[in-house]
Amino acid sequence: MSTATTHTSAVVHPEYDRLALNRFGLWLFFFSESLIFLILLLTRFYLFGTSRPEELNQTLGLAITVILLLSSFTAYRAETAIAHDDRPQFLRNLLATILLGTLFLLGVVLVEWPEAPRLGIVPQEGFGIAFFSMTGMHAFHVLSGVLLLLMVYLNGRRGAYSSDSYWGVEASIKYWHFVDVVWVFFYPALYLL
Amino acid sequence: MLSLGLIRGLIVGAIGAVIGMALTMAARVALGRPAWSADPVSFVGAISWIVFFLVGIGAFSDWWRWAQGEQAGDPHHPDPNAPQWKRYFSFDPSHKVIGIQYTVTALALMYVAGLLALIMRLELARSGLQFMSPNTYNTIMGLHGIVMIGAILLGVSGMANYLIPLMVGAPDMAFPRLNALSFWITVPGVVLIVLSFFTGGFDTGWTGYPPLGARAPLGILFFYLGVFAIGLSSILGSINFLTTTLKMRAPGMSLFRMPIFVWGMLATSIIQLVATQFIGMSFLMVVLERVLGMGFFDPAKGGDAVLFQHIFWFYSHPAVYIFILPGLGIISELLPVFVRKPLFGYKFVALSSMAIAIIGFLVWAHHMFTVGLGNVLNSTFMFTTVLVAVPTGIKFFNWLATMWEGKISFETPMLFVLGAFVIFLIGGLSGPPNGTVVTDFFLHETYWVVGHFHHTMFGGFVFPFMAAIYFWFPKVTGRMYNERLGKLHFWLMTIGFFMVTTSMFRIGLLGMRRRIADYDPALGFDTFQMIATMGGFLVGLSMLVFLVNIVRSIRAGERAPENPWRSRSLEWQISSPPPEFNYPTPPVVVGGPYDYGVPGSVYVRFGIAGASDADPARTSSDNGKS
Repeated sequence: MSTATTHTSAVVHPEYDRLALNRFGLWLFFFSESLIFLILLLTRFYLFGTSRPEELNQTLGLAITVILLLSSFTAYRAETAIAHDDRPQFLRNLLATILLGTLFLLGVVLVEWPEAPRLGIVPQEGFGIAFFSMTGMHAFHVLSGVLLLLMVYLNGRRGAYSSDSYWGVEASIKYWHFVDVVWVFFYPALYLL
Repeated sequence: MLSLGLIRGLIVGAIGAVIGMALTMAARVALGRPAWSADPVSFVGAISWIVFFLVGIGAFSDWWRWAQGEQAGDPHHPDPNAPQWKRYFSFDPSHKVIGIQYTVTALALMYVAGLLALIMRLELARSGLQFMSPNTYNTIMGLHGIVMIGAILLGVSGMANYLIPLMVGAPDMAFPRLNALSFWITVPGVVLIVLSFFTGGFDTGWTGYPPLGARAPLGILFFYLGVFAIGLSSILGSINFLTTTLKMRAPGMSLFRMPIFVWGMLATSIIQLVATQFIGMSFLMVVLERVLGMGFFDPAKGGDAVLFQHIFWFYSHPAVYIFILPGLGIISELLPVFVRKPLFGYKFVALSSMAIAIIGFLVWAHHMFTVGLGNVLNSTFMFTTVLVAVPTGIKFFNWLATMWEGKISFETPMLFVLGAFVIFLIGGLSGPPNGTVVTDFFLHETYWVVGHFHHTMFGGFVFPFMAAIYFWFPKVTGRMYNERLGKLHFWLMTIGFFMVTTSMFRIGLLGMRRRIADYDPALGFDTFQMIATMGGFLVGLSMLVFLVNIVRSIRAGERAPENPWRSRSLEWQISSPPPEFNYPTPPVVVGGPYDYGVPGSVYVRFGIAGASDADPARTSSDNGKS
């Protein structure tokens, strides 16, 4: 069973807009990914209705939410800066995004998670099932976002991007916004209802 | 040996699994717990087996280069002087190689799962337990189900990978590396599912319902993770199919000039993209319940077992449309070729696939009528379920009208298309009794449902898949298959299949329960069970005929003419097998795909893109041959 025997490099094949294909694929990926979060959101409402334990640390919740939303702002500035070839501004804002993202992650994993069981919210039962699965799945995505941005930052320091070639920056920052938007839905569902 | 990606993947994967398990045990010791606990240690081991297998096979090497800021450039197309067979065992980005990898893997899985079915049929041939314990029977039944489902998903991807870029006139898929990853991630997934048999099996059937799934032997963990990997492949594949279909069509190919198979795959990909997350999450949640004790589905901890069924069936019902829509596309694709007439009502056939896909999302709870959802939900889902019959009926009427007064010729692919037509029709007609609440209360969990399901799967996937293999065999290999063996395959399979399912319908109506290794001889099922078993072996025999035919024809079949079926489709206008980048000159589509016998109609011209009135190198038209 052999396919493809002639390998001619002089083949004329139509030119595709690589960037447009990449963008389309990325949005399909976001759409598919958003359903994971939708399922967790639906699970939370299916199991616990609109009820919510009073014990959650509201100050901490508000603080990490503000941090994450701020990081979206700096991420946007970083992308705009590289689109205008302003590399120092790009790197500064990217670094700020990474730091804010890491701060959010630490807030969830090192402060919120150890604190919640002391307040009676355990991962094994009751509202804790929803709380830990939702924050866990989201934190996992934030972690991957931070790693992506870190990779972009290291490449950016070596001068990898310019205004006519920054797909890597664009994709990682779009992913970052996506993860932020998820939190915009998760925060009220967990803390505010 | 090490130049083969597969071997490297297996070695590195095994090392990775050991490392993962060792690290988990070390972490457990550090936390002051006993080192060995089957579930968490196997869980991490299995995940790292998947990841390291992919690393070993080279799936991530280009992306790793990107991450370091290097340019990886065009996907690597291997040296033409190296032996071709090596490409099939390596991480290769060509859609034609991947299509064959998928198809061959799917066929191998079909043989395995078919063998499991024959083992079950032997056990059921007579009342009383013959040679199996009920638990082994349960595992084999669950494995038959899930391995067949894997085979069908891979078979669908195989056909789509080989055909979509050819049919839309593209040189390859939109994301060739991702495409190769989609295939290779199924391999560790399949290995995990097979491993489940050797780690205690699972007695839940392929649905893996909790609470049983949360308590079943270790095997179910491997089952869940294997399905998870295959599901990931499905999602990544759908991203590729959608982007290729929507963004890379040849100039002039508007949506309503696409071949119907591409329409079927478009609908299928939408389902895969949206629904697959649901089975993944439902299984992940059971795994979390097993490994971390999170009681999603445990009422004692504030969970709810019915929640699992909702999430699970929100994928698993649309999943059957993933299985059949490409097959129905193949039927619509092949019918006009063999009746030499235009496809009747092209737009309706195309849009009915979309309609099935959309309605398919609204019917999941008809699997749960006996759960106790209440009359309002039950009757709502009964209504949406019966609604599926409308677009399916449109397809049948259009197929009938296409055949009407056509010049039908009965080569093997056409026989399988006609077989699919009849079998799927009976599958469709036996469905509404299950979808209607009052009758479902009696038919639920009986062999009637089993018969119905096998009719839809054989009519919607197996027969069209066989038709597709015979039809495109000359395209893929450049050789013809043996027509007499092909016809023998068809007749053996059809007769055997009807022996199985007719018996299933009969004993189902008499009250034979599903998922049970034994039955009371006083119920009088013995005769029909024996007929079903003999039919099953006939189907098995037909698949051996098929195997002989394929292997012999690849080696020594006669050379295929350029366009043996006088098809108008794009892929038949180039050499067989197609060149590495498919089209030496870009195709330009200038007409409808199925205007067989319409004088002067042209579907495609080959020339430089944008200069369609330049002297056409070749055109595909019917030349009044009909």
